Amino acid sequence: MKNLKFLAFFFTAALLLVSCSNDDDNSEPINEEEVITTLTASLTTPDGPTILLTYRDLDGDGPNPPLITVSGNLLPNATYTGSLILLNETESPVEDITEEIAEEDDEHQFFFQVGAGLNISNVTYLDFDGNGNPLGLNFSFQTGDASQGNFTITLRHDLDKNAAGVSEGNIANAGGETDIAVTFPMVIQ
Amino acid sequence: MRLFFLCLFIGFQAVSQNCSEILQGSVVDFHDGTNLAGATIGFAGIEKFVQTDLDGNFSVDNLCPGTYNLQVSHPECDTKSIRVTIPHSGKIVIKLEHHLEELDKVTVKGSAGIDYVVSQQENRITSEQIENLSYASLGDALKLLSGVSSLNTGSNVVKPVIHGLHSSRVVIMNNGVRMQDQEWGVEHAPNVDLNTAGSISVIKGASALQYGGDAVGGIVLVEPSRIIRKDTLFGNTLVTGATNGRGGTISSSMTKTYQTGWYGSLRGTFKRFGDFEAPGYVLSNTAVIENGTSLRFGLNKFKYGFEGYYSFFNTESGILRASHLGGADDQFRAINSDRPLVINDFTYVIDNPKQQVSHHLAKVKGFYRIANFGKLEAQYDFQFNNRLEFDVRRGGRGDRASVDLELTTHSLTSDISYDANPNFKANAGILMRYQNNFANPETGVRRLIPDYDKYDAGIYALGKYTLNEAWLLEAGFRYDYNHIDAKKFYRKSLWESRGYDVEFPGIVIEDFGTQLLTNPVFNFHNFSGTLGFSYSFLENYKLMFNYALATRAPNPSELFSEGLHHSAARIELGDIRFTQEIANKFSVSLERESNGFGFSVNPYVNSIRDFLLIEPRGIEQTIRGNFQVWEFRQTNATLLGADVDAFVRLNTDFGLHTKFSIVKGYDTTSNEALINMPPANLSNILKFEKGQWNNLRLSMESNYVFRQNEFPDTNFEIFLPAEDAFAVVDVSTPPEAYHLLHFNADMDFEVFNKSTLTLGLTVNNILNTEYRDYLNRLRYYADDLGRNILLRLKINY
Repeated sequence: MKNLKFLAFFFTAALLLVSCSNDDDNSEPINEEEVITTLTASLTTPDGPTILLTYRDLDGDGPNPPLITVSGNLLPNATYTGSLILLNETESPVEDITEEIAEEDDEHQFFFQVGAGLNISNVTYLDFDGNGNPLGLNFSFQTGDASQGNFTITLRHDLDKNAAGVSEGNIANAGGETDIAVTFPMVIQ
Repeated sequence: MRLFFLCLFIGFQAVSQNCSEILQGSVVDFHDGTNLAGATIGFAGIEKFVQTDLDGNFSVDNLCPGTYNLQVSHPECDTKSIRVTIPHSGKIVIKLEHHLEELDKVTVKGSAGIDYVVSQQENRITSEQIENLSYASLGDALKLLSGVSSLNTGSNVVKPVIHGLHSSRVVIMNNGVRMQDQEWGVEHAPNVDLNTAGSISVIKGASALQYGGDAVGGIVLVEPSRIIRKDTLFGNTLVTGATNGRGGTISSSMTKTYQTGWYGSLRGTFKRFGDFEAPGYVLSNTAVIENGTSLRFGLNKFKYGFEGYYSFFNTESGILRASHLGGADDQFRAINSDRPLVINDFTYVIDNPKQQVSHHLAKVKGFYRIANFGKLEAQYDFQFNNRLEFDVRRGGRGDRASVDLELTTHSLTSDISYDANPNFKANAGILMRYQNNFANPETGVRRLIPDYDKYDAGIYALGKYTLNEAWLLEAGFRYDYNHIDAKKFYRKSLWESRGYDVEFPGIVIEDFGTQLLTNPVFNFHNFSGTLGFSYSFLENYKLMFNYALATRAPNPSELFSEGLHHSAARIELGDIRFTQEIANKFSVSLERESNGFGFSVNPYVNSIRDFLLIEPRGIEQTIRGNFQVWEFRQTNATLLGADVDAFVRLNTDFGLHTKFSIVKGYDTTSNEALINMPPANLSNILKFEKGQWNNLRLSMESNYVFRQNEFPDTNFEIFLPAEDAFAVVDVSTPPEAYHLLHFNADMDFEVFNKSTLTLGLTVNNILNTEYRDYLNRLRYYADDLGRNILLRLKINY
C-alpha cells in the first residue's frame, strides 16, 4: 500500500507541472537611460557666424552610422568660444545629459585634440569643478591661418584629474573611461 | 542512480591444465575498494563451493575445461549467476545489487561509484580532492581531470571546458538536477557550492543520454555523499585560510541516519576573500563573498524510498576594475599597458562592476523497486536563478543593476530501469520541463535576454549488453523537443539591417517608434544517440569505443544577443535564424589498470555541423568610438584531441602521475583555427605517502601550459585622436607558455573520541610566476594569480 501511495504522489506532481500556464501580458520597452545620442558644440565668434558641430546617432550602438555635420568653416585668426550640449534622444521627452555631467563635474572632463595640419591653438577651459579642476562644457580657442584637419572631442569619466598635464587638457595621463570620442573634420578659411 | 549500491567482483584468473584448471579471483566492494570477505562462489552442476578469505581472495582448483554457471552470493548482496568458460583469461566484472540493510560496515567515503556509461571514459574526483579544494569553485576542481580546462573571467568566474567546449555544451547535473543557471553566458559560472559534492564525475561526451542529448562537450555529475542505513550522527568541518585574497572558507556538515532508512543532512558554507593579488600588484575589485546552504532528507528502504533536497547558493563577486572599458580607445590603452590601468590598495569591499547571483534548487524524488524487473524513479525539481550585474554607471545609477534576469525552471523526470537479467540492462525515461525567463525592466538598460517561455519534452532509452567476460555493448537513443516563445524588443535599425523586416514581418506585435515588440517562436526537434563497446583483454587492459550523436538547439544568447557588452568591450549580435548544431563524436580509450603502473590514452574527434560560434565581423562607430562587432554564425567545425593519463609507483612510498591534454579545433568551412581553444597542458605530480607517519601525504605538481599557436586573427584598427593615427588593437595574440609549481601536504591526527583531524598545507604558484592564460577573458588587462599559501584544517566527527 505504501508503494502505491508513493506512485500516486508522483503522478500528482506530474499533473501539477503540466498545468503551468503562459501569461500573455506584453512587457514595456526599455529606453536606454545612459546613452548619449547627440553631441552639439556651438562655436561662436564676435567676428562671424556661429558654427555648429553635431554628432547624432539615434540608435546608439545599433547598426546605423552616426550623422556627423559641421555647419561651416571657421574664420582664420579669430577667437572662438565653444559650449557643448549632450542629449539622449532615445527618451521622450529628450533628456539633457549636459546637466548630469555638470552635476558630476568632479568625475568628468572633456579633452580637445587638434589633429595635424589644423591651425587651432590655445584651447582653454572656461568652467571648473569644486576643486578648481577643469570640466570643459565651456571652452575657447584661437584659429590661425587657413588650414584643415581633425578636431576631436573626448569625454572621460572616473579619470585622474590631478595627473600631470590633465588640468592643461593633456589626455595622456588622464586614465578613466571614455564616454565620448568624436572627431570632426574642420576647415579654417 | 538506479545502480545505487553495487558489488563488484574483479580479478578472475585461470591457469590452464586438463581438469586441473585453477580459477582465482578476489571480491572487492565497489564503493570504497575494500575487499569483501566471506563471499560464496558456487559452481552449479559440480557442487563445488569456495569462500573468499579475509582479503577477499579465493581460488578453485581441479576444474575441467567447459562452461560453468557460477552462483555468487554474499551476506550483503543479492545472489547473482554468471557464466564462466574454463580455461578463463581476462577480467570478469560482475555487478550485484547490495542489500541496503547490510551496508553498516561500509564507511562513508564519497558517493557511490556508478558507471554512467561503459563505453566511454569516466573521470572522477574523489571526496578528498574536493575537500582539499574547499575554498575553490567547481570549475577549479574539474581542472584536476585531463581534458578539462576552464574559461575564466578573473579567478572568481570559472567555467568548465570539456574537450574544448563550454557553456551550453556542458551539462552540469547537481544531485540529479540539471542546472539551469543561465549557463549560456561565458561570464556565468556554475552556481554550485563545491562543498556539497561527495564526488564529481565527468563524462567527456554526450553518451550519458539520460541527462540530455545536447551535451556536445560533456557532462559533469556532481553527486552528494551517499547515505547508509545505520543509527549514527556524523559530520565534518573544513576551514581554509589563504594568503592570496587574505580570506578563507568555512564549511560544515551534519548528517543523521537511522537503521530504519530515514536520514537528514545539513551543510553550510561561507567563503570570503578580499582583492586577489598577481605577483606584481593587487587585482583591484576582485573580492568575493559566497555562501551555500543545503538540506537533504529522505527515506532509503531497499524496495522504495524518497529524497527531498533543497540548496541555496549566493555569490557576490567583483569584476576586475581595470577590465571595464568605456570605448575602443580605453581597450587599446588597457591592452597595451603592462599593468592594469586601475590598481588600488587591497580591500574587502566589492565595488562595481560586480555580479550578484543567487540560485535556489529544490527537488523531491522517489523510487520503487519492482521485483524481478528493476526500478522506477520519478523526480520533480524546481530552480530559481537570479542574476544581477552591476555596472559602472553615470548619474548615481550604480546601485541599480544593469542586468536583472530571473530564470525559473520546473522539471519532471521519470526513469524505469530493467536489471533482472545479469547480461542485459536497460533504462528508459521521460522529461518534461517548463522554463520562464523574466528580464526586470527596472534596470534602465535594454534587456540582454528577452522574456520567454520554454517548454521541453524528452524521451530516451538505453541498453547495455554483456556479451561475455570481455565484451560489453551499449546503445542508446534520445529525442527532445524544445519550444521557445519569446517577447523580444528590437531596435528598428537592427531589425531592418538584419533583414528581419523582410523575412519575419509577421512576428511584429507592436511598434513603439524606435523599437518593435516581436514574438519569435521556435520549435526544435533534436535527435541524439550513442553506440559503443568495451573490450577487456590480457590481464588488465580495456579498450573502449564510443560514438555519440548530440543535437543542441541554439540558446537564448545565440538567438537574441544584440548590443554592447561592456565587460568585453564589444557589440554582440545573435540571429533568430539559427538552427541546431549536430555533433558526431568518436572517442576511443585504452586503459591499463594495476597497482604498479597504469595509463589511459583517450583520442577523440568531434565533428560538428552548424557549430555556433561568435567571432568579429567588423567595426561599428558609436559616440564612444569604434567598437568591434562580434557576430554569432554557424559553420562546420572539427575538434581533434587526446587526453593521456599515466601513473607509475616508484616504490612503496613514491608515485608519479602524469596527465597531458591537447585539443585542436578548426572551422572546416574557412579552414581557420577556432577561437579560444585550450592550449596543450602537461602536468606531472610526484606523490609521497607514508601511512605510519600519521598518514603523511606530500605532493609536488609541475604544470606546464603551452602557448596556443593556432588562433584566428581577430585584430582590428581604431583611430587614436591623441596620436592622430590609426592603431591595431591586438585582441587575438595568445599569451606565452607558462610553468607553475604547486605543493601539497596533509597529515591525519586522531583526536577526541573517534574524530580525525586532517591538517593540510597548500602552496600554489610557489615561484610567484607572472603569467596570463589564453582562456582567461581578463588576460588583456592583468596577470593571473600570484603565490597563494593555504592552511587547511578538516575535522571529521
